[in-house]
Amino acid sequence: MEENKKVYGAGMRRGGGGGRGVRSFEKPKNLRGTIAKILKYLGKSKFLVAVIVICLLVSAISALAGSYFLKPLINNYIIPGDFKGLALALLFLGIIYLVGAIAAFLQSRFTVKMAQTTTNIIRRDLFDKMQSLELRYFDSHTHGELMSRFTNDVDNVQLMLDHSLTQLISSTLTLIGTVTMMIILSPILFIITAIVLVIMILISMKIASKSRYYFKNQQEILGELNGYIEESISGLKEIKVFNHEEHAKKAFNRINEKFRVTAANANFLAGIIMPIMGNLNNICYAATAVFGGILILMNRFDVGSLAAFLQYSRHIGQPINQITAQVNNIMAALAGAERIFEVMEQKPEVDNGNITLVNARRTPDGNLEECEERTGLWAWKHPKDNGELTHTELKGDVRFFDVYFEYEPGVPVLRDVSLYAKPGQKIAFVGSTGAGKTTITNLINRFYDVNEGKILYDGINIIDIKKADLRRSLAMVLQDTHLFTGTVIDNIRYGRLDATDEECINAAKIASADSFISRLPHGYHTVIRGDGGNLSQGERQLIAIARAAVASPPVMILDEATSSIDTHTERLIEKGMDALMAGRTVFVIAHRLSTVRNANAIIVIEHGQIIERGSHEELLALKGRYYQLCTGQIELE
Amino acid sequence: MIKRLFAYIGQYKKYVISCIFLMTFDVLCEMMMPFLMAKIVDVGIPQKDIAFIARVGGLMIVLALAAIGFGVLNMRFSANASQGFAANIRRALFDKVQSFSFSNIDYFSTASLVTRLTNDVTQIQIMLLMSLRILLRAPLMLITACFFAMSINLKLSSIILIAIPALVISIYFIIRSAEHLFSTMQQRLDSLNNTVRENLIAIRVVKAFVREGYEKLKFKKVNDAFTRAAINAGYLISLVMPVMLFILNFTTITVIWFGGKMVSTGTMGTGELIGFISYIMQILTSTMIFSMVFILYARAEASAQRIVEVLDAKVDIVDKPALPEGGIAPSVSSGKVEFKDVYFRYGNSANSNGFNNKKGKDVLSDITFNIESGEIVGIIGGTGSGKTSLISLIPRLYDVTSGQVLVDGTDVRDYNLKTLRKGIGIVLQSNVLFSGTIRENLLWGNENATQEEIEEAARNAQAHDFIMNFPDGYDTVLGQAGVNLSGGQKQRLCIARALIKKPHILILDDSTSAVDVATEAKIMESFNKNLKEATIIIISQRISSIKEADKIIVLDDGKISGIGKHEMLYESNIIYREIYDTQQGGLIL
Ligand SMILES: Nc1ncnc2c1ncn2[C@@H]1O[C@H](COP(=O)(O)OP(=O)(O)OP(=O)(O)O)[C@@H](O)[C@H]1O
Ligand SMILES: Nc1ncnc2c1ncn2[C@@H]1O[C@H](COP(=O)(O)OP(=O)(O)OP(=O)(O)O)[C@@H](O)[C@H]1O
Ligand SMILES: [Mg+2]
Repeated sequence: MEENKKVYGAGMRRGGGGGRGVRSFEKPKNLRGTIAKILKYLGKSKFLVAVIVICLLVSAISALAGSYFLKPLINNYIIPGDFKGLALALLFLGIIYLVGAIAAFLQSRFTVKMAQTTTNIIRRDLFDKMQSLELRYFDSHTHGELMSRFTNDVDNVQLMLDHSLTQLISSTLTLIGTVTMMIILSPILFIITAIVLVIMILISMKIASKSRYYFKNQQEILGELNGYIEESISGLKEIKVFNHEEHAKKAFNRINEKFRVTAANANFLAGIIMPIMGNLNNICYAATAVFGGILILMNRFDVGSLAAFLQYSRHIGQPINQITAQVNNIMAALAGAERIFEVMEQKPEVDNGNITLVNARRTPDGNLEECEERTGLWAWKHPKDNGELTHTELKGDVRFFDVYFEYEPGVPVLRDVSLYAKPGQKIAFVGSTGAGKTTITNLINRFYDVNEGKILYDGINIIDIKKADLRRSLAMVLQDTHLFTGTVIDNIRYGRLDATDEECINAAKIASADSFISRLPHGYHTVIRGDGGNLSQGERQLIAIARAAVASPPVMILDEATSSIDTHTERLIEKGMDALMAGRTVFVIAHRLSTVRNANAIIVIEHGQIIERGSHEELLALKGRYYQLCTGQIELE
Repeated sequence: MIKRLFAYIGQYKKYVISCIFLMTFDVLCEMMMPFLMAKIVDVGIPQKDIAFIARVGGLMIVLALAAIGFGVLNMRFSANASQGFAANIRRALFDKVQSFSFSNIDYFSTASLVTRLTNDVTQIQIMLLMSLRILLRAPLMLITACFFAMSINLKLSSIILIAIPALVISIYFIIRSAEHLFSTMQQRLDSLNNTVRENLIAIRVVKAFVREGYEKLKFKKVNDAFTRAAINAGYLISLVMPVMLFILNFTTITVIWFGGKMVSTGTMGTGELIGFISYIMQILTSTMIFSMVFILYARAEASAQRIVEVLDAKVDIVDKPALPEGGIAPSVSSGKVEFKDVYFRYGNSANSNGFNNKKGKDVLSDITFNIESGEIVGIIGGTGSGKTSLISLIPRLYDVTSGQVLVDGTDVRDYNLKTLRKGIGIVLQSNVLFSGTIRENLLWGNENATQEEIEEAARNAQAHDFIMNFPDGYDTVLGQAGVNLSGGQKQRLCIARALIKKPHILILDDSTSAVDVATEAKIMESFNKNLKEATIIIISQRISSIKEADKIIVLDDGKISGIGKHEMLYESNIIYREIYDTQQGGLIL
């Protein structure tokens, strides 16, 4: 038991264990794999990447060539006073610069495009993946945590592509070019530079590894901070009602302060490379100047060459500086990328079914035939091993055989549940709260899979049915109502995307939602925001019912669908639903007995087991649990 | 807008000032470098004075070491200043959001508020950090470099007068247009985040309706829209670099041309020319740095506007200004509630959100009734008839449009909000639990509650048994919004959370809708036994929940259609009788 909690708890609270591996750096665990995956994404803009690299090369070369020209300019033209030559040389220099500027322009433009399109695809893939994950994953990860994949982590990748990679490439090019030029100009002077270079590299490696550690910490606390903001803003109304503002502010401040300190440290360490490198570079410059001066005195060197050499040596620190800073950024981005890929590698919902749902039509000889249009008749298309296809009519016959189920290992929620729902029946589940009613419906549409036993749907084991088709055959109104940002009619149309406006309005009428919707400022085109915060709870439920009704499905599941709706309206809905669902199967969960009274069969569940089944009258006559539930309300008299 | 935010620098101001000084020294050191170098080339070498060269070189090394010190300190202080600044802004935002009234909350979408507190603040932090590191450096470098360049050769320096304005003007135009692009980008980021958020919250709906494909398409749209905005902004920014390179390099060429002539006529030394060129480079790079910071500034400006919008939001429900001398602050003591001619409509606050449900139509009208302390009152009525709105007025979640709501004889607007709400326990219709353990959630009602008090409340809410059935009991960790609980379990936890407050007025808004009748009856029984003192207001759609109440209020379309005891209403009120009959008919045993 203890173990379970830990596993479960660990997923809930991201960033809680910040202090763990004190010396573990923000180094991705599987560097190679992550890089390979990023490269695959970059591969999608191969052409762009190639162009960017070429532009980078051109602009780096032009910059180098520009400063290389200083020496011949001074030695060959200025000192002898050859102004014609100087003019020509300057013209040439101008062309080089122009080409460089154009290349720089193209490069930054293409980089923007490359980086943005790549992160666009990454975000999309991440979202697509998220859609395919099983519900258990969402049960054990907070929204804040998943949100930060989309924000912080993608942002870091974006920064890397946009900035770090090109900087890294161009700095490396500059470094190589500068070193080459310096060696050509004077191998002896270069020795000084080389010594300083080695020192620089050692120092920067040291600083970089330290700053990675802080950066990792920063990211972790950032996740925590964002998670807290997310949660306390979504629950703001609760906070207000409980006078919890001060408490929330205190908690926020604690995290905010923690973040401030860590982030300042990370910023500091990431920053100090700059002045240290820059000034080491100046020292190198001074040493070179002194030493070069001596060489000139010894007539081993000329003034123009020294000037050019100094020009290079002045700027050699910059690329090294850049390289260390960017390697740091890239490491951070890769760590973010790794977290993204971790989500992408989660196993998706298992879906091995190959039986699909099709619209059907009865041929004159009584057989079923697949057809395109909606006929109100459906069939399961069953491909056999020998390539044949059979069609079974969808009747809505659902049977549970000895189903055993647990959300968390060791805590059974359903035990030995066997039940049947015959086509066209209205089956009601009642029972005390937490008995497992919602869980039963979660198993029918395979939000979760049974641990033992099986569920047959029209005689087919539901694990053989393609999940999407299984769910399409069922329309659900879930216990927790959620709506999406968009107009009322779009929210209703969510049930069936090709429904016409008329069909949506009809569905709203079935759900008795029409009258309140038409009183809204823009009627059906009123925009709902914030999960329907501007509607009353019951009104939200009405829309959810309309959303299920417009699907006009073979089987309907209503989980406490009318719990906040007054009984008068509920009656109207029931009538509409009865007409809509005539001959089809309906499952109803409700605590209000008036809601379930008219069901063909009422199933009473207690502690995950079925204890009674029968019609209202039968169960009352039985004087068992159902009788108690009914009289529980009459006792009050 | 950013200027307004600078006030939030607060206690970190000292770091900003230190940064400015440090940077000045740092830049001075750095500026000396080419000057000293020119000395080596122009003085030391021609005079073959090794001692001079060594002296100047040594000075350079000392300066460099000093500069390292200044630079490192600058990094430290700029990091402290910018993160402190950001932390202050975040805190101000968070505090402001915490002071929001319900109508403010209705106005700002959650996703947008979250982005403002995170991403937007980060943009501003980056801006300050970079400013303190390089922005100040730029003008200093500019001035010193100009000074040195002019001291080398005044005539040649006139080139600068053309180059700098050219740079400034082109950058100005680019940045002006960027600001607007950045604000579009932040807006689209909002809707991107909103889509992800909604999908996380409503993932079960998406799956139940097999709308994964549809959601993917929806996401693709907002994602692409964001990318387009980001690319547009990026394209514009990508102009900056080449334009500057262009101007910079052509200035160099001009300098070499004219400088070369001066060298040949002997009015200038070779070393001086080289030194001059590097100063020109520095002048231009500093202008460039300037403009880079201005790009960040443009981006931060867009974010600052969004932040200021939140900070400036008018909170329409606030405490009354301080009491008159000698006055006693009212507090809830017995739990009497009185409504006098109350009219109420949504969206008449300063921040109307355009939704303005039934603009001009009252959600509640002509509501007058009173509740004695200790009474149990039921409210029943059709969907959308205004029950929730009615009870929201008691703890002053919204203000009445006209009329008066009195608690213990005092208008709720005369109470201190904290005191008022402290006396009122309310279970909202949509239950929100927070991640953490069950105990942590219950302690919301009263931080100092003992284990006995917690258990008592849980027992009264019929939650103790199921909590103890979890392997970890009160320390069971709840998932986001309590996903690992059943609907009725969530509701009972919320009731327990309100009970721990030991309120004088307890309001349950449809809080037992997912609780079975037998359990509900037990809850009512324990209320009757253990909460004799408190006034209890229950909204329910189930007659059985309120039948026993001392008083039942029947609401119909925002108006009171009847008040009284069950028997009386059953006799006289058609609406009530109809509800009763639909629920009881055929159930009489
Ligand atoms: N996602 C989940 N993870 C872990 N445990 C869960 C999860 N969902 C439900 N449970 C547990 O399973 C049990 C049955 O829950 P279920 O939602 O099926 O109850 P219910 O009968 O629908 O109750 P109610 O009438 O209150 O909605 C409860 O004890 C609940 O705590
Ligand atoms: N925040 C809001 N902004 C604007 N209009 C609102 C807001 N909340 C509710 N309304 C509208 O006010 C009316 C009354 O809503 P209220 O929530 O009080 O109804 P209710 O009686 O509690 O209904 P239910 O039984 O469905 O909970 C409804 O028509 C609703 O659309
Ligand atoms: Mg309500």
